Amino acid sequence: MVLLLAVSGASLLLSFVFDREKTVRGVKKGLKMFLGILPWLLNILVIASVTISLVPQHTIVRLLGSDSGPVGVLIAALAGSVALIPGFVAFPLASILLKSGVSYAVTAVFITTLLMVGIVTLPLEAKYFGIRIAITRNLLSLVGAVIIGIIIGALM
Amino acid sequence: MKNLFKNLVLSEYILIVLFGIALLISRILNFETGITIEHNFWMFITEMITFLPLMFVLMGLLDVWIPKEKVERHIGPGSGIRGMFYVVLLGTLQAGPLYGAFPVAYILWKKGCGIRNIFIYLGAFSTLKVPMLAFEIGFLGLKFSLLRTLITLPVFIAIGYIMEFMLRKRNFTVNQPG
Repeated sequence: MVLLLAVSGASLLLSFVFDREKTVRGVKKGLKMFLGILPWLLNILVIASVTISLVPQHTIVRLLGSDSGPVGVLIAALAGSVALIPGFVAFPLASILLKSGVSYAVTAVFITTLLMVGIVTLPLEAKYFGIRIAITRNLLSLVGAVIIGIIIGALM
Repeated sequence: MKNLFKNLVLSEYILIVLFGIALLISRILNFETGITIEHNFWMFITEMITFLPLMFVLMGLLDVWIPKEKVERHIGPGSGIRGMFYVVLLGTLQAGPLYGAFPVAYILWKKGCGIRNIFIYLGAFSTLKVPMLAFEIGFLGLKFSLLRTLITLPVFIAIGYIMEFMLRKRNFTVNQPG
C-alpha cells in the first residue's frame, strides 16, 4: 500500500513536471476507467458483505473440517470460489482452519480458490474479457487449485 | 425531482442505494445482522478505496506515457521466458484483490501484451504477492507458504499456455467497461 502510494505519487509528480497536458489526460483517463466500473464494484461489495455476514467463520470451519478426503477438497473448492474474502482475512482464517484440524490439502485448496476463482466477481470479469473467457479462466483456476491442494497435502 | 428518482431506479447504483437505506433502518432498529453487514462492508470499502483509484490513475499515466512498441517488445506474443518473468514480477509486486488486476490487464492488452502473459499476470497478481508473503508465513508457516508459492507458479503459467492455445485463433480482446 505504501509502495503503491509512493509509486503513484512519484509518477504523478514526474509526469506533471515533464508534461502537464499529458498528465491531465492520463489522470482523466484513469478516473474515467475507475468510474466506469465503480457501480459494479459497489454491487460486488454489497453482495460480498451480506454473504460474509450471513455465513460466519465458525460455520466455514465446521464445513471444511467435516471431511479431509476428496469430499472435503470439493467443499473447500466450492466455498473458496463463492466467497470473496480479502487476503488479510483469508490467511488468519486459514490458520484457524489448520488449528481446528482441517488438513493442509483442504486448506490449500480453500486459499487458492479464494484468491484465484471469483464467482461473485464473474460479471465484472466478463465485462473485460467476455463471459466465455471469464468462465474458462475460473474453471481452469479451480482445477489448478485442486491440483495445488493435492500436491501440498502430499508434501506437508 | 421525479426525473432524478426515475434515473436512479434505472441506474446501476440502485442496489447500493437500497443497501444504504437497509443499513440505515437496521441502525435505527438496532438490528444486529445489519450492523455486522455494515461493519464488513466498510472493511471491503476501505480495502478497495485505498488502492483502486490510485491504481487507475497510474494506469492512465501508463497509457499516455508508455509507447506500445516498448511494451510489445518486452511482454508481447514473442517475448518468451523473459516476458513471463516480467509479468510475474509486475503481478507479485502489486497488492489488492483479483478484481484490481482486470484494469491492468486491459492496459497491458492495449499496449500489446501477449495472451499468455495476460493470464500469467492475472495468476501472479491473484495468488502470489510479495507484500502478502510475510503475512502468510506469519499465519501459516514458512514451509506451507513456500510450497504454495512454488507449486502455484507453474500452475498459473500452465493456465496461461492453455488460454493462449485456446484463444490464439480467435480474435481475443480485453474491453474497457463503462
